[in-house]
Amino acid sequence: MVTKTLAELSLGLKQKTFSSVEITKAYLERIQKFNSKLNTFITVCAETALEEARLADKHLQTGQAEPLTGIPLAYKDIFCTQGIKTSCGSKMLDNFIAPYDATVAEKFKTAGVVLVGKTNMDEFAMGSSNENSYYGPVKNPWDLNVVPGGSSGGSTAAVAARLIAGAIGTDTGGSIRQPAALCGVTGLKPTYGRVSRYGMVAFASSLDQGGPIAQTAEDCALLLQSMAGFDTKDSTSVNTPVPNYSGLLNTSIKGLKIGLPKEFFGEGLNPTIEGHVQNAIKELEKLGAVFKEITLPNTGLSIPVYYVIAPAECSSNLSRYDGVRFGYRAKDPKNLEDLYKQSRTEAFGDEVKRRILIGTYVLSSGYYDAYYLQAQKVRKLISNDYQKAFKEVDIILGPTTPTPAFNLGAKTADPVSMYLCDIYTVSVNLAGLPGLSMPAGFVNNLPIGVQLIGNYFEEARILNVAHQFQKVTDWHKKMPPLGNTL
Amino acid sequence: MTTQSKWETVIGLEVHVQLLTKSKLFSGAATNYGAEPNTQACIIDLGFPGILPVLNEEAVRMAIKLGLAINAEIAPKSVFARKNYFYPDLPKGYQISQYELPIVAKGSLSFSLEDGTLKKVNITRAHLEEDAGKSLHEDFHGYSGIDLNRAGIPLIEVVSEPDLRSAKEAVAYLKTLHSLVRYLEISDGNMQEGSFRCDANVSVRPRGETKLGTRAEIKNVNSFRFVEKAINFEVERQIDLLESGKPVIQETRLYNADKDETRPMRSKEEANDYRYFPDPDLLPVVIQPDLIERVRKTLPELPHEKTARFEEAYGLSKYDAAVLTSSRELANYFETTVKASNSEPKLSANWVMGDLLGALNKANLDITQSPIQAERLGGLIKRISDKTISGKIAKTIFDALWNSKEDADTIIQKQGLQQVTDTSAIEAIIDTIIAENPSQVADYRSGKDKLFGFFVGQVMKASQGKANPEQVNEILKKKL
Repeated sequence: MVTKTLAELSLGLKQKTFSSVEITKAYLERIQKFNSKLNTFITVCAETALEEARLADKHLQTGQAEPLTGIPLAYKDIFCTQGIKTSCGSKMLDNFIAPYDATVAEKFKTAGVVLVGKTNMDEFAMGSSNENSYYGPVKNPWDLNVVPGGSSGGSTAAVAARLIAGAIGTDTGGSIRQPAALCGVTGLKPTYGRVSRYGMVAFASSLDQGGPIAQTAEDCALLLQSMAGFDTKDSTSVNTPVPNYSGLLNTSIKGLKIGLPKEFFGEGLNPTIEGHVQNAIKELEKLGAVFKEITLPNTGLSIPVYYVIAPAECSSNLSRYDGVRFGYRAKDPKNLEDLYKQSRTEAFGDEVKRRILIGTYVLSSGYYDAYYLQAQKVRKLISNDYQKAFKEVDIILGPTTPTPAFNLGAKTADPVSMYLCDIYTVSVNLAGLPGLSMPAGFVNNLPIGVQLIGNYFEEARILNVAHQFQKVTDWHKKMPPLGNTL
Repeated sequence: MTTQSKWETVIGLEVHVQLLTKSKLFSGAATNYGAEPNTQACIIDLGFPGILPVLNEEAVRMAIKLGLAINAEIAPKSVFARKNYFYPDLPKGYQISQYELPIVAKGSLSFSLEDGTLKKVNITRAHLEEDAGKSLHEDFHGYSGIDLNRAGIPLIEVVSEPDLRSAKEAVAYLKTLHSLVRYLEISDGNMQEGSFRCDANVSVRPRGETKLGTRAEIKNVNSFRFVEKAINFEVERQIDLLESGKPVIQETRLYNADKDETRPMRSKEEANDYRYFPDPDLLPVVIQPDLIERVRKTLPELPHEKTARFEEAYGLSKYDAAVLTSSRELANYFETTVKASNSEPKLSANWVMGDLLGALNKANLDITQSPIQAERLGGLIKRISDKTISGKIAKTIFDALWNSKEDADTIIQKQGLQQVTDTSAIEAIIDTIIAENPSQVADYRSGKDKLFGFFVGQVMKASQGKANPEQVNEILKKKL
């Protein structure tokens, strides 16, 4: 039962093959069994989950069910949930219980979703390996010595290990797609503005976007259907109709023009990954897609641009953690300044501090023009590259990451090599486009992903292509050999 | 004064005007003054993790209203920026303000100075921003209390060019702006409650010099009187420094009303690099021309338009018209009085500006708190105008109006204060007076003209002030 996809669970619930309480219990048991090794969950809400499952079963009995009614899900611990701790992977918020639900959480609640728990993550979503969590690193279920990727590593590892059928994450520079690739699951970062950010603890406001993580594109479509939509509480959410994602999954891709950016196939790309990408291209060609080389000349600047803009916004967004109103407060501060200093020194981890420092620096008077303003200009160029490309092609395809997952601790001493993990994903956030990663093979028994990038609000198109791919391949069905390794 | 004349004072003002919206600039929390601490602060005002701001459109309309009233440019696109600094009453660690692209720019405000000349002050910009909360340092046993009711309340900051040349001009500008925002009904302008706060940038330079001197910024002076005193103190201080060969330091100073002096703020408090950048949580504010036109239609008669109309329609002097239109409430009071009096507007103007404002001033009341409503004052003036009572009796009735709720006619009736206009009655009184004062009569008739006043006084006294003075004059002349 626990290996089923969301679509299968939804069908089973509707046909009363099993109840929501039964599947919820099954996942809770599995979480209890494996979580201590994988460290994917920060909070497991067994009691409330079962309550919600019982209520869902009632609705299922009386036929008031929606597609997600009774489906257990896990949320990255960055989404505020009323009455349940929202730590954001940080000591700073270890004691924080939000008095409100994030819009996404509220939508899922209304849809009848059962919240099983909150998943581990890099502190404040800053990281590419999930080693920056106050709650300790998440382990990759494919190899416990290896990182799951980050920052939504708890969510992707939980789905990979079948501790849950679906989870949500957030993606600021690749934080859904990169760990999805490294854990062998499907993850979608929607267009900026497609999913409300209200109640999602902010890292970099102009880049953050919540999205679904599941085994399949079909499941991601199901989840996105509930998550997407305009929210009056989020001024940056966009008021544009939400298409029927599931309904469009089976559109033919015959004649679909797919661009291959030559910049994504250059130096640094693992040759085995490149081979898998080529194989994926062949599969899609068989389905009628047409490929074309394109160029995104400014994407090489994505990482430096990102590491100006994201820290700038984070340095400001994280100012509210001052020990005054909520979160961690240092003991016995000497005075106000000491309260700030001690609270922030004691409760923020190194990577968060590093980014606050960078962000504060690039916004300082005298440096603002050279860094922040310049970065915004280049961001615009990167965006323009994509728009030019989308005049020639319908979607863009490439590897999600340059390498498979690496050993725990391998890159912690070298932040720049860590930052380069996101080299193919970051430009998508800078441009605000939707991007999806789907399993496409293995390198030394570790999964890797292929990334599909669509134009604004064309989530349906990339979900469609991914679904067609997954109908003719079975990479997404591969499961980590949990029994033996755990 | 002689030392000052060598120096020219240059002042620019930054005024924070609290907007009269029902809810805050970026949240739905209420904005009422004086609520229990922290009862009007929602999670958005508290800067909780995950919250997002949503702009209050009413505040935008109010900003447009002000912009139109000062003939300014309304930016088709303005941008909210974050001003970053740490302070306990600033929950997010940044204030959402406008920096590079304010909503209103390049306006001006004109007003008359005491000598009657018209002064025009250019307004650099006016931008929307949220207020911070309040730190309370008393009654917390070594801790500070924080009240976030004020956090997020919409302000519009109006920044003038350094066009003002004296403390008096600064006050005149402030009064004009104060009256304007109340006319526009975008602020209650209540200075005690902090709805209208002023920072003054003050510098001096040798007369004739075109370059600006080094300025000091005087923070938060919250009454017209203190603005004048603070600026005068600061000007003296700077002149003293310069005349003794010392430089003026650019700094922020606080005015202490008790000591009547300005003092530098601790340097720490101002050594901030605010790291402004556009707020990524908010879209640029795009204002379409049709919105501006819709707002334009809601503009009331503006103070200078009203002043011109008062001159025209009521035949008032420039000065009278300016005084009577200094606030919308006073202007309304005057117009109601004129209507109720059904008589020459100048008479109403004299009574409102003289007796009424004098009495209000003495009692420390403003026009809205006047114990005499405009209709009742008009009723009194009507009886002066139709000669039912004399001007002198009118003063007595004015006092009675002040202390009761009755109207003038009732008081006149009850106390029998009608003017005596019956010629035979007046003649009878005069005859008695002439008979009782034979020596004065003889003196007058032998050429002591000055004694005429004596007779008038005696007659008025005998009639308890009710005899019509004109008739008294006329009959006395005949009889003597």
